[in-house]
Amino acid sequence: MRSYKYVGKPIPRQDVSKVFGDAIYAYDVKLPGMLYAKLVGSRYAHARIKGIDLSGALRVPGVVRVFAGDDFPFKVGLYAADRDVLARGKTLYYGQPVAGIVAETLQAAEEAAELIEVDYEPLKPVLTIEEALSPDAPIIHEEMSKYRHASFVYPKPGTNIANYLKLRKGDVSEGFRKADVVVEGVYREPLISHAYLENWVGTARVFHDGTVEIWSSHQSPFAVRHLLAASLGLPEGKVIVHHTFTGGGFGGKAGLLLEHIPVLFSMRLGGRPVRLELNREENFFFMAQRAGYLFRMRTGATKEGKLVAHYGEYYLDAGAYADYTVNIGRSVGFVPTGPYEIPNIHVDSVTVYTNKVPTTAFRGFGMQEMHFAFEQQMDKLAQELGIDALELRLRNAIVPGKSYLPTQVRVREDAGDPAGTMKRAAELIRLGKEIKKPKEPWKFRGVGMASFWKGPVQPSNAASSAIVKVNEDGSIDVLVGTGEMGQGTINALAQIVAEELGIPVEKVRVSPARSTDSVAYTWQTVGSRGLFSEGQALLRAIDDLKNQAKEIASLVFRVFRDEVEVSEGKACVKGKPWECITLAEMALGYTLPNGRAIHGPLIGRGSHVPSQTTYLDPETGKGEPKPFMTFGTGAVEVEVDLLTMRVKVLKAVTVLDTPVINPGLALGQVYGGAVMGISITLNEELKVDPEGRLLNPNFTDYKVARAEDIPDEMVAEFLGVGQKNAPYGAKGIGELTMIPWPAAIANAIHNAIGVRINELPITPDKLLQAVMRQRPELLEALEKELLEAS
Amino acid sequence: MVNSLTIRLKVNGTEKSVNVEPNERLLDVLRNKLYLSSVKAGCLRGECGTCTIIMNGKLTKSCLVLAVEADGSEITTVEGLTKGGEPTATQKAFIEKFGFQCGFCTPAYVLVAHWIIENMPGATDKEIKELLNAVICRCTGYKQILEAVRRAREIREGST
Repeated sequence: MRSYKYVGKPIPRQDVSKVFGDAIYAYDVKLPGMLYAKLVGSRYAHARIKGIDLSGALRVPGVVRVFAGDDFPFKVGLYAADRDVLARGKTLYYGQPVAGIVAETLQAAEEAAELIEVDYEPLKPVLTIEEALSPDAPIIHEEMSKYRHASFVYPKPGTNIANYLKLRKGDVSEGFRKADVVVEGVYREPLISHAYLENWVGTARVFHDGTVEIWSSHQSPFAVRHLLAASLGLPEGKVIVHHTFTGGGFGGKAGLLLEHIPVLFSMRLGGRPVRLELNREENFFFMAQRAGYLFRMRTGATKEGKLVAHYGEYYLDAGAYADYTVNIGRSVGFVPTGPYEIPNIHVDSVTVYTNKVPTTAFRGFGMQEMHFAFEQQMDKLAQELGIDALELRLRNAIVPGKSYLPTQVRVREDAGDPAGTMKRAAELIRLGKEIKKPKEPWKFRGVGMASFWKGPVQPSNAASSAIVKVNEDGSIDVLVGTGEMGQGTINALAQIVAEELGIPVEKVRVSPARSTDSVAYTWQTVGSRGLFSEGQALLRAIDDLKNQAKEIASLVFRVFRDEVEVSEGKACVKGKPWECITLAEMALGYTLPNGRAIHGPLIGRGSHVPSQTTYLDPETGKGEPKPFMTFGTGAVEVEVDLLTMRVKVLKAVTVLDTPVINPGLALGQVYGGAVMGISITLNEELKVDPEGRLLNPNFTDYKVARAEDIPDEMVAEFLGVGQKNAPYGAKGIGELTMIPWPAAIANAIHNAIGVRINELPITPDKLLQAVMRQRPELLEALEKELLEAS
Repeated sequence: MVNSLTIRLKVNGTEKSVNVEPNERLLDVLRNKLYLSSVKAGCLRGECGTCTIIMNGKLTKSCLVLAVEADGSEITTVEGLTKGGEPTATQKAFIEKFGFQCGFCTPAYVLVAHWIIENMPGATDKEIKELLNAVICRCTGYKQILEAVRRAREIREGST
């Protein structure tokens, strides 16, 4: 990569208020006269509501109003409007809000919540994918045919299927006939939680003219605005969404969350501000979590190691509301394999309702889960064929410009360098080389790799825009719609502005706090799309600004516009660096010697839309789904302890093909993604009892990685192979960093002890069972050795 | 209804007198009555550590302390670290080493790091990690936080 002054450098973050304690989150926003809302959760996973008695709650001093399901007789949602505001007629999961209290104090609201009496008639809960699909399964959404669905969602009313997607490429039967080796596998991942640190909170009020205003903890201010408007029948222009810093999202705060609840409560209470703040336990119950997965796969290759066919049945356990998860079902259906060219693919991806907590996006959008399955298929094939795991991957890796995607379009020539990441990651983890044997006879080490790809899953018209303003002191304010939830895209955008205009990066501010009525539109802050999409809009805005500066200079110096160049914060006549006007001098326009002023304030605007993506064929999936794909490979060295059955990741290697704008930020994504990925591989699972009650809604029982759990060594490399239309070639990486770990760890465990694990999380009990089933002789030998030693 | 009580606290160097309810958490008093918004609630059961403060010289989770128990205590929050606007060694190190992302847990980590370099300047990586264990960060993967603690120690040693 070419050397730049700011791009590619670890410039410190702009949002340093976070280390001084004065960063403001939605959680910190309070309004005068604010009321407090509290939701009451269902005691049953699946039950008819026969009656609800609110009278006790209404008698508590300070209670202003109590709401129940029938107060809001409509559904809300993004891709599938399947959500009740408060449960109407039936509860669909344990903890589902059935009533809402608004009071002058939180204490009064909490007291009243205890006094709501609901009369339930329990129904049989549907708790697994298999149960949901069985012919005699209770139907969870009996009125599905009446729901509003996005045009690309294909539900099956009368069943528990929220979306059914088909991908067809080539002729899979013919493909399997050519295969010399076929491997099969069944892989599962449980529902998990994003476990961001800031619980969801929203404070809303309604103005006298009906304009709604809300501060909430979300990723995508404009998506919240659109969905509030669509759900409540308001015009977008009457909804203002304020974005503050967001205390972590990871997909869990994409789309519409609970914003409609405080808004609706405020609407019914004369517009008084209403705050709904979830505590940790409520956040586990009321906020959407991540779906569970079941993959059935058959993959075939020739003896030369060429992949020829892949057949898959993919199922997502979406919980009670599949609103967002239907689109994840599409994501894993359209990219149903790792980054390889396979001529014949037949995949059905089915999103299923169950009586569990609703689900939504999670970093990786199904790709981590799909790769957990597919990248184990690759290692199994390599083993069957007697080909090295790296070599098999290299023989089939996507070749930009030549290969065809599963959706049958050709991969762009500048798409990246999949093979390069595979080779480098294998080298860094010393794949195939001798591994140091631990001195304890019960410890075994192994290495494993997993390659991956992903691009944003978005509508073909997902738009972005940017506005660049020059201040009187020559500093720059940039307005974009990207949310800031830790990923730091705003810093990368500031570096791009500094580079393009040749001004110090300290003079560029990309404001982290913004409102939908005063910043430029962007569709959503999801899918690792921010830098790519806002970056392109921003480059166009800078270009627009430069043209205006050139025009002013051309009038002042009486030259053609193309004789002027903009650099180092000035517009100068080319070749005459003494004939210049600074950006500061023309910030508000330029005043000529005779007093006449020209042009007015400099303001650049730019837009972006992924113009090359298309709709996808409903029968085959054919089409261009993504504006870019980032390619990468992860590799780990693990130590398996057969006495404790614990797995420790000693080293984690990430290689991504893309260049990066800020290596400090990019490494933060890589380390954070790796530790999150390791945590979900080894620990994380939302557990329910046979009645569907969530058993671990807290951080004692839902364990996320802490500082002592991280690998001894985390290594990352960026190969710098850019895509031409990406800003400075840089593609998104935020989600990508999370994808390879479950597969790489499972492959490394197999490398260490010859045991294959098909289900997450890889807990000691699961590992013990797998060892006893697959390699009992390991335990017998160990027992003998330990007895002899004693 | 039990009457509220008056407690005295020395918060970030200033004497304060506050009326509190007998069942009120110190966390809520710091946030709602003394307007120290850096102290965050993440779980209210001592699991996540985002409400960490330094109380009488010890790292303390303020959600697990009743306000009345804190009567007479000396309390430091991140707001109290910065003397005359100049960032402390810890704050400089967190900025330099990219030791934060969403920032929700950051005030807690800055205090933990500050406490480590003031009280355990010779701490090993293992000891540092044990102390960092008291707070959950879901964004960073902890590596850059660990690097920030080491860097803070270097900056402080260089400056004294």
